[in-house]
Amino acid sequence: MPKQLIKGNDALVKGSVLAGCRAFYGYPITPANEIAEAAAYYIPLAGGTFLQAESEVAAINMVYGAASAGIRSMTASSGPGISLMSEGISYLAGAELPCVIVNVMRGGPGLGNIAPEQGDYFQAVKGGGHGCYHCLVLAPATAQEMCDLTRLAFDLADKYRNPVMILVDGYTGQMMEPVDFLSTEAHRRRLPEWAVAGTAETRHNMVTSLIIQADGLEAHVRKLEAKYIRAEQEETLWENYRTEDAELVFVGYGIVARILKSVVEMLRERGIRAGLLRPITLFPFPSAEFRRLIPQTELFYVVEMSTGQMVEDVRLAVEGARPVAFQGRCGGNVPTAEEIFEKVLRDFQPRAAKTAEEALTHA
Amino acid sequence: MPVTAMREDRGFIEVNAQECKGCGLCVEACVQKVLHLSAHLNHYGYHPAEYDGRGCNGCGLCFYACPEPGALKIFKAVA
Amino acid sequence: MPELKVTHQKAECLYDSYERKGELTHQTHYCPGCGHGITMKLLAETIDELGIRDRVIMVSPVGCSVFLYYYFDTGNVQVAHGRAPAVATGLKRARPDSIVISYQGDGDLAAIGSAEILHAANRGELITCIFANNAIYGMTGGQMAPTTLLGKKTTTTPFGRDKIKDGYPLHISEVMSSLDAPVFVERVALGNTKQILAAKKAIRKAVESQVKGLGFSLVEVLSPCPTIWKQDPVEAQRFVREVMADIYPLGNKRDRTADAEPHPAPAPEPALSELPAILKLPKEPAPADAAPPNPREVDYRIKIAGFGGQGVLLLGQLLAEAGMDDGLAVSWLPSYGPEMRSGTSNCHVRLNNRPVDSPVVTRSNILIALNEPSLQKFVSLAEPGSLVLYNGDSIPAEFRREDLTMHALPFFELADEVGTAKAGNVVVLGALLEVTGLLPDETVDRAMARVVKGEKWLEIDRKALSRGKQAMAASLGKEAACHV
Repeated sequence: MPKQLIKGNDALVKGSVLAGCRAFYGYPITPANEIAEAAAYYIPLAGGTFLQAESEVAAINMVYGAASAGIRSMTASSGPGISLMSEGISYLAGAELPCVIVNVMRGGPGLGNIAPEQGDYFQAVKGGGHGCYHCLVLAPATAQEMCDLTRLAFDLADKYRNPVMILVDGYTGQMMEPVDFLSTEAHRRRLPEWAVAGTAETRHNMVTSLIIQADGLEAHVRKLEAKYIRAEQEETLWENYRTEDAELVFVGYGIVARILKSVVEMLRERGIRAGLLRPITLFPFPSAEFRRLIPQTELFYVVEMSTGQMVEDVRLAVEGARPVAFQGRCGGNVPTAEEIFEKVLRDFQPRAAKTAEEALTHA
Repeated sequence: MPVTAMREDRGFIEVNAQECKGCGLCVEACVQKVLHLSAHLNHYGYHPAEYDGRGCNGCGLCFYACPEPGALKIFKAVA
Repeated sequence: MPELKVTHQKAECLYDSYERKGELTHQTHYCPGCGHGITMKLLAETIDELGIRDRVIMVSPVGCSVFLYYYFDTGNVQVAHGRAPAVATGLKRARPDSIVISYQGDGDLAAIGSAEILHAANRGELITCIFANNAIYGMTGGQMAPTTLLGKKTTTTPFGRDKIKDGYPLHISEVMSSLDAPVFVERVALGNTKQILAAKKAIRKAVESQVKGLGFSLVEVLSPCPTIWKQDPVEAQRFVREVMADIYPLGNKRDRTADAEPHPAPAPEPALSELPAILKLPKEPAPADAAPPNPREVDYRIKIAGFGGQGVLLLGQLLAEAGMDDGLAVSWLPSYGPEMRSGTSNCHVRLNNRPVDSPVVTRSNILIALNEPSLQKFVSLAEPGSLVLYNGDSIPAEFRREDLTMHALPFFELADEVGTAKAGNVVVLGALLEVTGLLPDETVDRAMARVVKGEKWLEIDRKALSRGKQAMAASLGKEAACHV
């Protein structure tokens, strides 16, 4: 199919329209504005609603309304806005409403800056708002994935009746790459049976996250928990890059994973068997794939644009069976392939070299 | 549900004594002064409203004064 | 003996038995004498009278009215504290035929939800808000509300509400009526049956205005809260009538229902087959699809840097577009983050015969520096043996590197010769193609025709491209012995 050279942010919006998204509610924030701006253009032309809300608090609740009415709906923001939306996201998860929330991460905490960071991993993956819930979290690394994972996000949101977050860095949003939009069919969502649509058929439906009785709420929370367990079994996604024989396994998501691919190539030229395991679903986390790689792996090496957040999930997955190293940049600094390469050359000793060294010591 | 009144009144009030919470607003609202709170307690510990049994003109004011949606049902004579 | 007929009974749109309540399903959860039950009754009767039960979506908030869905046999959406107008906005816009009614208390609407109600009203959302004002937080146990009367003791104003410390009672209906968009705003009270009947009229008019598609409507209902006020129900009713209504004047604050025009119906959704055109997706298969992937071993890591306005980003985009058409994997990354300051602009372009790993170019093998600061900043990162194009008459001595192929040409002056200095970036492209041959001319021309808007500009750019090639060819002949 013909491809279009396009920015990741625009690919995401076009992907959302093809996925049947017909409502976008947002509030301006850098660096997520391009998504809202593209949505303001395309979604009304596709017969949907775009509205600039008075705040992120209002925007996410408008999404709650549209989702309740059975419309595929979306919002996009960045860290400070996602913090404000966290109340609404908790309600969406509690009320089992599907929607897609995009976080184009910027530097934090507080106002931080508008440069790319990955400091919102905990917020996205561990909950963010109150109560026992999770968003399913997808982390695209190419413009094509900005489209494809957005379509997937809407499908997962419906399948699990749960908010899905697309966690992306500014680079992946700003970057242009060729995208194939038309290999999958455009989608029009049928009215879900649970929706409250203001019709006779849906009159008895109700959306709420309020369950007064302890036993009732526990049953509800267990139901949510079961969805997350099922998602871990059915939806986990990752990319293996040259891990077949890797003894050094890099771990990174988003733009960092792209940089790590360069590092893998640079190290392999030096004879170090490096590979990359890129989690695509950050929740559910591809823990099983990490465990599969344990026997062959000397060291898991996590790189993030943060002081270390996903690294905790890697450690939980590996359960101490192998060392897990971490290298991070933050504040808007993007680690270069060269700085990672040099640090690895200093710190990592391949098994072969180590064995030789041990042999010398014992001699 | 047309019913036939026992007396030649122009109206009739049916009180659901279990729904009534005994707030007394209907008694206050009644122009004809034909409602009172019962001396007895209902199952939930309230003194429910009671129709005196005669004098209702079916005006419906007690219905609007009552905070419970179905505690009162008002009947009126067909002209 | 006259025949008697029922004139007043429980509304049809209320459930006979409140199964969702779980226990005591025959009565509401409201305290004896509470105004919510009366307001609910008036609203339910209105819904019955207008015959709209199937279309109604009740939006219930947080507070004593949180359980509206126990009672209303309509669509129900329960929402976060204060957010009902935002949720109602999402609902109504998703389902324009529905009748969306938000029912909020004074803590909900006037405090935590003040932004949502103000903006929903100001946008003129086609929704109806029923605002129960009892001047106190009920469900949380009697804290001060923005509507609490001055001097009134609450659990959080144990010495009485103080205008200096706590501010004044908030007059929501007056605020609403200061906005342009609302079509119907009225304050009513539940202080006696006369007031209750007036409240019914207002509620009916408010809902009717939505049914007719006229605009935003709000009814503020001054409502008794005997439990928290520690009054008996009759006394609480008197308090509404005599004290609250004195502070909050009753009456209509806005009624444009007679002359307001109905909102136009939304346009029907286009067919799915129209989406590719709407989304401006490529129609014709690109040459890349016709041609097999480019067999050349290619790994161009290009960094382009200059001032904002020099067309740095477009130059990069042209390279990426043409590279894509040539069957290469490409990426284009604009300057972003800390690099993006003080009017400078740069972008990274990669052209590769294999999938592009990192779109970030740290060490370039082609550096295009369109001003001296860019050369200064990036020349040290150019790979040994790689190419540098610089906009100027010569490479400044301090930035010369003997291990690089460095060319200096006054690209923007050359562009001026063909019509406009603005085409300087395309002159650079011509020069780059000439010196590297990295992409076929016809592929670049096709990409240019796609990216450049307007026939006039395309002509200028074509001339600029030739001028760049020509100048570079001349320069190569001249500079065969000396790169600089």
